[in-house]
Amino acid sequence: MNETAQVEPGFFAEEMTISVGPQHPSTHGVLRFVVKTDGEVINEAIPDVGYLHRSIEKIGEKVTYHGYVPYTDRADYLAAMFANQAFCLAAEKLAKTEVTRRGEFCRVIACELNRIASHLISVGTFGQDIGAMTPFVHALRERETINNLMEEICGARLTYNYIRIGGVGYDILPETCTKIVEFLDHFEPIVDEFNRLLSGNKIFIERLAGVAVVTKEEAFSYNLVGPNLRGSGVKWDIRRDIPYSIYPELEFDVPIGTAHVGKLGDSFDRFWVRIREMQESCKILRQCLKMMPKGPAIAKVPRKFRPPAGECYARVEAPRGDMGFYVVSDGSEYPYRVRIRTGSFTAMAIIDKLSKGIMVADLIALIGSLDVDAPEIDR
Amino acid sequence: MDAKDIYADLEKQFPGKVSEFKGEVLEPYLSVDGASIVEVCRYLRDSAGLNFAILSDLTALDWPKEEKIQVVYHLFSYSHNHQIVLKVDLPRANPKIATVEGVWKVANWFEREVYDLFGVIFEGHSDLRRIMLPEDWVGYPLRKDYVEEEEYDGISTQRAPLVEKLLR
Repeated sequence: MNETAQVEPGFFAEEMTISVGPQHPSTHGVLRFVVKTDGEVINEAIPDVGYLHRSIEKIGEKVTYHGYVPYTDRADYLAAMFANQAFCLAAEKLAKTEVTRRGEFCRVIACELNRIASHLISVGTFGQDIGAMTPFVHALRERETINNLMEEICGARLTYNYIRIGGVGYDILPETCTKIVEFLDHFEPIVDEFNRLLSGNKIFIERLAGVAVVTKEEAFSYNLVGPNLRGSGVKWDIRRDIPYSIYPELEFDVPIGTAHVGKLGDSFDRFWVRIREMQESCKILRQCLKMMPKGPAIAKVPRKFRPPAGECYARVEAPRGDMGFYVVSDGSEYPYRVRIRTGSFTAMAIIDKLSKGIMVADLIALIGSLDVDAPEIDR
Repeated sequence: MDAKDIYADLEKQFPGKVSEFKGEVLEPYLSVDGASIVEVCRYLRDSAGLNFAILSDLTALDWPKEEKIQVVYHLFSYSHNHQIVLKVDLPRANPKIATVEGVWKVANWFEREVYDLFGVIFEGHSDLRRIMLPEDWVGYPLRKDYVEEEEYDGISTQRAPLVEKLLR
């Protein structure tokens, strides 16, 4: 190649505006980015959300407390159990309702199964977005087993409506407990297989190491939560630090990013936190199944549920981090206001900043590593 | 630090600006004067004993009877593991408040959402556009007296009852 054909340093091509999404395989639901690029390098990626806005918050003002639980499922369909739990926690706090002890165990078992399922989708699709098709199929195969278990527990595979105010809808049967143990025996070695297949894959690591680094300060300022926050090296987990339910009685680690292959807080760290969280969930499940007491699964809660006037903010550690329900009651049968604060919303807010100066292909890695979920952003 | 001590601290720092401490309710909150919200927030974030590095949530409540809109800030501190709720009352007819985007970056999106659904204007905001709804949407849906327009861009927003639809 002769000298003149080479691109001179400081040469800028014309800026091009392209639209990624709303129907794009790597955007995980219906969301859109207006990307301004200079060749392969992104100058700016402006997120455009709202395609899945179903005004779940407004619906909350029109239905009763009991009637609102199925709607919370739809806030994040990959982790419906956590939205159920967060709303019920808020309602219980307002009305000072006690949850039965067996109910608490059923909740934690269902939630942790749900967490594994959600993380499997996250890491599976992440691989697929980057070009590794096989791990996705493996992940979905395992998730299918969890869906079957969920169907046995509550009769639904995706939108559970399982956790009710005062406990859970149905008790977990001993047969199901045996099946969960069988699943865990099968699943724990699968994580290692998954690591051999994907996490240790050289191409996969090179695509993620050092890409889209989030520092601790940025994570605080943008209020990143859950695995995204822990990926930046902050040891913070609501299950451990603002305990709710029976989590204080259980032993588990809080995995954080360790700059395993690249820099602290890069895309790989966030991915790696999720893999290890699945292992921790397995540990929690085994303990719960051993400790589970006998008794009623749900407390007696009046059908006309009228918490006294007041307000409260309840948070749970969902797979996408801190999920908060801010419920205001005016003493009537209907909530005065329900506000849902989700992890994906704040994760989405940081993409604009992180995308400056990265390659177009890295944007896909960035979206996948933050595990944003469109229905949860828009609600 | 619990809410009472935080209140005492703020009272000393900003006399007259922070009022109406509600400690007896389920979740204690402070009412803050709208004009000094940015200073109060910056102090809460930077003061070593408080260190509220996190804006967990920013939302609003509509109270048509009292003719006011309340903007609600949920703050949290990882280092001290404590939280506080701030509330600012704004007139319902013309709700305006300064942005806290300069204190916590995430406020940018939270405030856009409140603007979109409640119509609160955040002064000094770098990008105050609707976020969930289309740019040409009329009205602020989360206000209590919101009535949906009959159609949007020629598309009907009304739905015939299911039975009627089946009989047709």
